[in-house]
Amino acid sequence: MPVTYLDNNATTQVDPQVLEAMLPYFSEYYGNPSSMHAFGGGVAARIQHAREQVAELIGASPDEVIFTSCGTESDGTAIRAAIESYPAKRHIVTSRVEHPAVKNLFETLSKKGYRTTFVPVDHEGRLDLDYLYDSLTDDTAVVSLMWANNETGVIFPIEEISRSVKERGIVFHTDAVQTAGKIPIDVGRTGVDMLSLSGHKFHAPKGIGVLYLRKGTRFSPFMIGGHQEKGRRGGTENTAAIIGLGKAAELARRHLAAGSYRCVDELRDHLEREILKRVPRTLVNGDRTQRLPNTTSLAFEFVEGESILLMLNEHGICASSGSACTSGSLEPSHVLRAMGVPFTAAHGSIRFSLSRYTTRSEIDWVLEKLPPIIARLREMSPFWKGAEVAAQSA
Amino acid sequence: MWEYTDKVKDHFLNPRNVGVIQDADGVGEVGSIACGDALTFYFKLDDSGKIQAAKFQTFGCASAIASSSALTEMVIGKTLDEAARITNDDIARFLGGLPKEKMHCSVMGREALEKAIACHRGEPAKIVEGEIVCECFGVTDRDIERVVRENQLKTIEDVTDYVKAGGGCGKCHDRIQEIIDQVLGGKRLEPIRPKALTNLQKIRLIEDSIEREINPTLKKDAGHLELVDLDGNRVIVRMKGTCATCARSHVTLKHYVESRLRELVAPDLVVEEVQ
Repeated sequence: MPVTYLDNNATTQVDPQVLEAMLPYFSEYYGNPSSMHAFGGGVAARIQHAREQVAELIGASPDEVIFTSCGTESDGTAIRAAIESYPAKRHIVTSRVEHPAVKNLFETLSKKGYRTTFVPVDHEGRLDLDYLYDSLTDDTAVVSLMWANNETGVIFPIEEISRSVKERGIVFHTDAVQTAGKIPIDVGRTGVDMLSLSGHKFHAPKGIGVLYLRKGTRFSPFMIGGHQEKGRRGGTENTAAIIGLGKAAELARRHLAAGSYRCVDELRDHLEREILKRVPRTLVNGDRTQRLPNTTSLAFEFVEGESILLMLNEHGICASSGSACTSGSLEPSHVLRAMGVPFTAAHGSIRFSLSRYTTRSEIDWVLEKLPPIIARLREMSPFWKGAEVAAQSA
Repeated sequence: MWEYTDKVKDHFLNPRNVGVIQDADGVGEVGSIACGDALTFYFKLDDSGKIQAAKFQTFGCASAIASSSALTEMVIGKTLDEAARITNDDIARFLGGLPKEKMHCSVMGREALEKAIACHRGEPAKIVEGEIVCECFGVTDRDIERVVRENQLKTIEDVTDYVKAGGGCGKCHDRIQEIIDQVLGGKRLEPIRPKALTNLQKIRLIEDSIEREINPTLKKDAGHLELVDLDGNRVIVRMKGTCATCARSHVTLKHYVESRLRELVAPDLVVEEVQ
């Protein structure tokens, strides 16, 4: 059975052109970019090229691009660098809907004595900006906010926030892991001090990330070692992955410029519209007007997410869920709970995330298979009949 | 992805006995939408008192659906007394095992069965016994004590996997650890003993103690006992399984069963055996 992959916010396939760019750097050009000889130096030149490709995707200068091992490392490095650079400041700010890379770091720092503010969101997942601005004080070391939410796709107004935070002289970091390749990023216009990217979310391999560091921003490295990345991130470069990431950044930029990512938007809207039409008691989680073009989070009331996923899996369909049972924890997604999504819906929330490889026939396959699965699980659910009767008599 | 056995997958993808029995002889409901899983279990008895039909409706993950389906298959053809002896571990074993994090699904099955039997016997819905330890999931110290004892649980994480307690805010972790230490240290929670018992209360408390305390212990030697009658302070029981043929069963009866019942129910009880 063919795989219908609609879980691109989890990870994406490596673009064949990316793989092709990488392959020679495993066994053919395996030199160390730090070496004095031309065999290593050639690889260094290629890494510099990749740095330029990434810089171009986000509107940075190549010197501002630091290669890391993943999005989590970039996030952690950025936040720790900010607090180490301003040791007198003991207050840090983020939102209630962050990725665990940021959320759990903030919780750890909270235990170490930092005063933490988790800015709430409304029922559509939009950030409470007044709450954010009111929380800022002279003691605030850093504000770290995701650009777009991995579960709902809701986009925060990063440009506006960045301006206001920086006016107060506070370091601003954004986790743009879900944003890259999906909507344009321009660090010049947004004015962020630091920004995190992850290669495998936009068709580069896993194990490679980027930290953008604005020139003039105070910094201290997390990985202390050699002079690599100008001393900002020690450790021998992951050369093949960096070269792949450069290629992926170039492809992402070209697709965005050509407007071809709009097809993803159309497919997502088609999927969402048709599911809402065919499956009653279904809700969309999050603000549909400020959202990534590839993501839809749908709540099917009175059924449980893991069951839906495993039944979809029987048809080769890959998606993800905000339900408790899939995560090994007992509570549904912190993102949906922060939005106040009712329990009747949170446990039955499914995220479909598309990519530029998603086809119309894949969407049609989901539209054929999903509605009977929901109907079948609802027939099994003790809450469904009552809800159905209540709806009819209302 | 969870590692489910083929049997779990089969019972999830092809669940047996889904539905409602309109004129059921017993119905048990457990769980809630907020908790993420819920089960309503129905059974119907035949003329000889055996379970003739069982059905379920479940909201929950694959293992919750599979545990419910398994439960219906396990009880059909059994008398209520036989069915009442099914433990969560029996359900898990029927399915070829469940991931540790999913054991609470089997506990939910056992609880629904207990409730349905209580419903049939006309017993009032059990008022919360003991003190709530985990406020997130409404789990009492007695519930925790029972799963720790029956499944020989050793860590807070184990307890969370079995009854969810401690899986929310985490405030109750210290108290859960205390209960584990007590049970593993061979101590028991102070029995909750109403001051003056009516006969009916006394019978229920004895039955409850046999079911929660005594039978799980006897079961280790493949025996168990059931309450036949209560006459004043005389508790009349029948020994079953290996206990019925064991030469030393009278020792067990006096030194274990009687002393436990005196602790748990009333200090003046005398236990006698009928053949």
